[in-house]
Amino acid sequence: MAVRAFLRTLRQHRALAVGGTIVGLVTAAAALSLVWTPYPIDVLSVADRLQGPSLAHPFGTDHYGRDMLSMLMVGARTSIAVALLAVGIGALIGVPLGLLAAARGGWLDEALMRLNDLVFAFPALLSAVMITAILGPGAVNAVLAIGIFNIPVFARVARGGALATGSREFVLAARVSGKGQLRITAEHILPNIANLLIVQGTIQFSLGILAEAGLSYVGLGAQPPLASWGRMLNEAQTMMMMAPSLALYPGLAIVLTVLGLNLMGDGLRDALDPRLKRRRSQGMAP
Amino acid sequence: MLVYAAKRLASLSATLLLATLVVFLVLEILPGDPAELMLGMNASEDTLAALRGELGLDRPALLRYGDWVAGFVTGDLGISHTYAVPVSELVAARLLVSLPLALLALVLSTAIAIPVGVIAASRRGSWQDSSLMGLAQIGIAVPNFWFAMLLVFVFAVSLRLVPSGGFPGWEAGLVPALKALLLPAIALALPQAAILARVMRSALIDTLGEDYIRTARAKGLTRHATLWRHAVRNALIPVLTILGLQFSFLIAGTIIIENVFYLPGLGRLIFQAITQRDLIVVRSVVVLLVATVILVTFLVDLAYALADPRLRSR
Repeated sequence: MAVRAFLRTLRQHRALAVGGTIVGLVTAAAALSLVWTPYPIDVLSVADRLQGPSLAHPFGTDHYGRDMLSMLMVGARTSIAVALLAVGIGALIGVPLGLLAAARGGWLDEALMRLNDLVFAFPALLSAVMITAILGPGAVNAVLAIGIFNIPVFARVARGGALATGSREFVLAARVSGKGQLRITAEHILPNIANLLIVQGTIQFSLGILAEAGLSYVGLGAQPPLASWGRMLNEAQTMMMMAPSLALYPGLAIVLTVLGLNLMGDGLRDALDPRLKRRRSQGMAP
Repeated sequence: MLVYAAKRLASLSATLLLATLVVFLVLEILPGDPAELMLGMNASEDTLAALRGELGLDRPALLRYGDWVAGFVTGDLGISHTYAVPVSELVAARLLVSLPLALLALVLSTAIAIPVGVIAASRRGSWQDSSLMGLAQIGIAVPNFWFAMLLVFVFAVSLRLVPSGGFPGWEAGLVPALKALLLPAIALALPQAAILARVMRSALIDTLGEDYIRTARAKGLTRHATLWRHAVRNALIPVLTILGLQFSFLIAGTIIIENVFYLPGLGRLIFQAITQRDLIVVRSVVVLLVATVILVTFLVDLAYALADPRLRSR
């Protein structure tokens, strides 16, 4: 029964089906790279450098003779790990802050929201610049910088959702029946804004992939020997004349992953909130 | 309106001050001894002491902080450790590259996004609509620095129409300078334009459903006149908001794109400063960029309140 309902949802929401498939494939490649890649990526083999696509190397080899497919798989792992951890940091800190602001209101709400504005004014890149200035570059910096930028985003969504839900009748009923604010938040408000948070999480995940690529491209993210799509593009830049394909594959990998996540986000929003879908088809949704 | 502006201005100043405090804490207090961080582990005790004196590290942190913040008003931001010139001079010279680049990108992205959004919304459901929105979906997913690399490959390396990087300076003339900024601006503008076009489309679809549009049509106004005179103008308000929110992405984008094209702007300055551990430069440039984001948000809020009086009471 559940499987059939799931399949029906996918048929009705093609964006979700297409996006989900792309994201699933990339995630599977990333997970597979944990236990197996066609070739090891930390072994340089200059004799095999800059080969074209072949049966042995479907995407060719790079300027150090490393297998591009293996590099792309490990790169997927780096991207997904960084973006996922950053979303985790943003949601774990941001959501409780947003819920607290909505529940308490008053000066606490005002103070938390001003703090939010402050953090929001630091693009992930600038936070990464500061963290790198004192700690040196690395993938952990990227996680921290992107995660910090995600906090106000989640706080804002949670607060907005909680305020809208907090005035509904069932919350009022729960309050009348003697439940405390904490229980109401946990039992009634959080489940009702979960959809909003999931959709926002997908959006932040795709922004995180883009941000990680940008950071590692400028050298503030993952460091060698760890492969990352952004770093691969950085190294490919000087080889553009000789081997343009080195710059093509990592870029396409980023576009495909982000596109998949965005489609998935759009599809999830429609699937999780049927009202929105109806309104949108009438041209009233955001 | 004045009360609203004054209130927002007060909160703007508070946010700005907090931002300087955060940067100061992260870059000057957290590392313990900034002089050691700047010179590395192998520096001799004499050079360390000399730099500490130069940085004024013997004075209380609060005084140093006060001096630095006051410097943003007086224009004295200290002297760069590596360049041995005043930071304000460095920043002013680099702004002449970064500011025109960001503005050019902003103009380009709106110039692309508004017509695309209008076409898509006014022909909703048509093949034009779905192909434009499909392109926008891809545009959002393309990293700007990768798009920049592709542009360089096609237009600079293969077709040799524009330089592949570097900046001749404004003294070389307007045309060569703009030519050097053209590809970077396009690379920055594309993802922005894709987002804005989507917002423009949905905002316009919203306004097209409003009663006053029907009234305008009933009064005998042509479709074209109704669209441009009433619908588009009203739909621009949400577009402006998103434009403001996207500004921090534009700043971040500018920093990265300057590195693709070797443009001597603030972005390159900040990276050179990190590699050389020139914290004096890093702290001031970071604050300037953050201040720009905060200021733009403020201006957008103000413009929004001017356009929609209902928001002022909040």
